[in-house]
Amino acid sequence: MSERLIQVLTGSPDDGAAWADLARAAARISPDALRDDDLQLSLFLLYGLHYGPAEWVRGEWEWHPELLSGRAALEERFEGDLRAQVPVPDEQQGAAGIPDLLFRMTGVQSGPSLSRHLAKKATREQAVESLIQRSIYTLKEADPHSWAIPRLSGRAKVALVEIQSDEYGAGRPARMHQSIFARAMDAAGLDSRYGAYVDVVPALTLASLNLMSLLGLHRRLRGAIVGHLAAYEMTSSIPCRKYADGFRRLGFAEEVVDYFEEHVEADAVHEQIAGRDLAGGLAEDDPETIPDIVFGAAACLHVDGLVGEHMLAAWERGESSLRTPA
Amino acid sequence: MTGAASGVPVTITPCPNGPLLVRGDFRLDDGSEPHRRTVALCRCGVSTIKPYCDGTHKLVGFRTEDEG
Ligand code: FES
Ligand SMILES: [Fe+2]
Ligand SMILES: [Fe+2]
Repeated sequence: MSERLIQVLTGSPDDGAAWADLARAAARISPDALRDDDLQLSLFLLYGLHYGPAEWVRGEWEWHPELLSGRAALEERFEGDLRAQVPVPDEQQGAAGIPDLLFRMTGVQSGPSLSRHLAKKATREQAVESLIQRSIYTLKEADPHSWAIPRLSGRAKVALVEIQSDEYGAGRPARMHQSIFARAMDAAGLDSRYGAYVDVVPALTLASLNLMSLLGLHRRLRGAIVGHLAAYEMTSSIPCRKYADGFRRLGFAEEVVDYFEEHVEADAVHEQIAGRDLAGGLAEDDPETIPDIVFGAAACLHVDGLVGEHMLAAWERGESSLRTPA
Repeated sequence: MTGAASGVPVTITPCPNGPLLVRGDFRLDDGSEPHRRTVALCRCGVSTIKPYCDGTHKLVGFRTEDEG
């Protein structure tokens, strides 16, 4: 299906209908959407049409009805699998309890930690792999959550814009987190073009970004994209300290260390704004979003947890965490 | 920390069990430029990047009983 999609995107719009049928069939038969390379690559390519620029992003494909209809089938399956698999805390929360609940959910340390491994034991090859894995999101860092800005109002909107402004460098292009990461990749000898490593990362890594695009591009899921950002920010400062230590230990360039050190300081600010004003503010203004705020946070922790487990397990076996070593 | 005579008034927001968020036209007494418009100042004492917060307050169970 993803191969046919690439043919469609680089060919003529008339092939859209046949592809949509293929997508509907693929959505039906997939054993597990989160681990399905074909399904996740297709979603990545389709969501990419809304971001760009990339090799496959051209013409009028962004709003093509057949591609959107095929995408809807893939999304329904993806969201269905997430709703079934993601463990959500069963306590009922009112709006006032949301910031505390989010801090509690993100405070639990479960299982072995990728950042601890990076800090103390990882080899240079593993550290490079972790940059490649991270690049799928981080070259677009902050973009998927920005879709939510016009869907919020009042305190939550102000909070999201305050966080995003800092992510986008607050008027200093060189300090855009996306650009800091691109410089880190260049300094590590990697290809910093968007999508350069899409063929070598596993489905789970694509699922991590696709989750954000799914939640960001649907107004219905505005609570979930807010919860996702809160959980992401709340699990960043402390691990980034360890990543910075690891990349320094392994002798990586200052540009690489800088990316992680920037996040130690920035995300200690962002987590407070995201938990209290963004998620807490939305929960108060729009209480019907509360279950999805919690779901979005739990989905972030679940999917990114699976990516981390996959990487550690592969390295434990002495293998690469990539589908094909870069 | 001093507020400049011109510019946006400084506001300080205490975060329960966490840092102080500082916004506005502030400067640090050590002469360094703040790295961002809104900063979090550590008040638990264990941050590795003082005066800024690095999230470590969460690991040491820092409590501010008086607020929130
Ligand atoms: S208040 Fe956050 S590290 Fe001290
Ligand atoms: Fe960032
Ligand atoms: Fe952030």
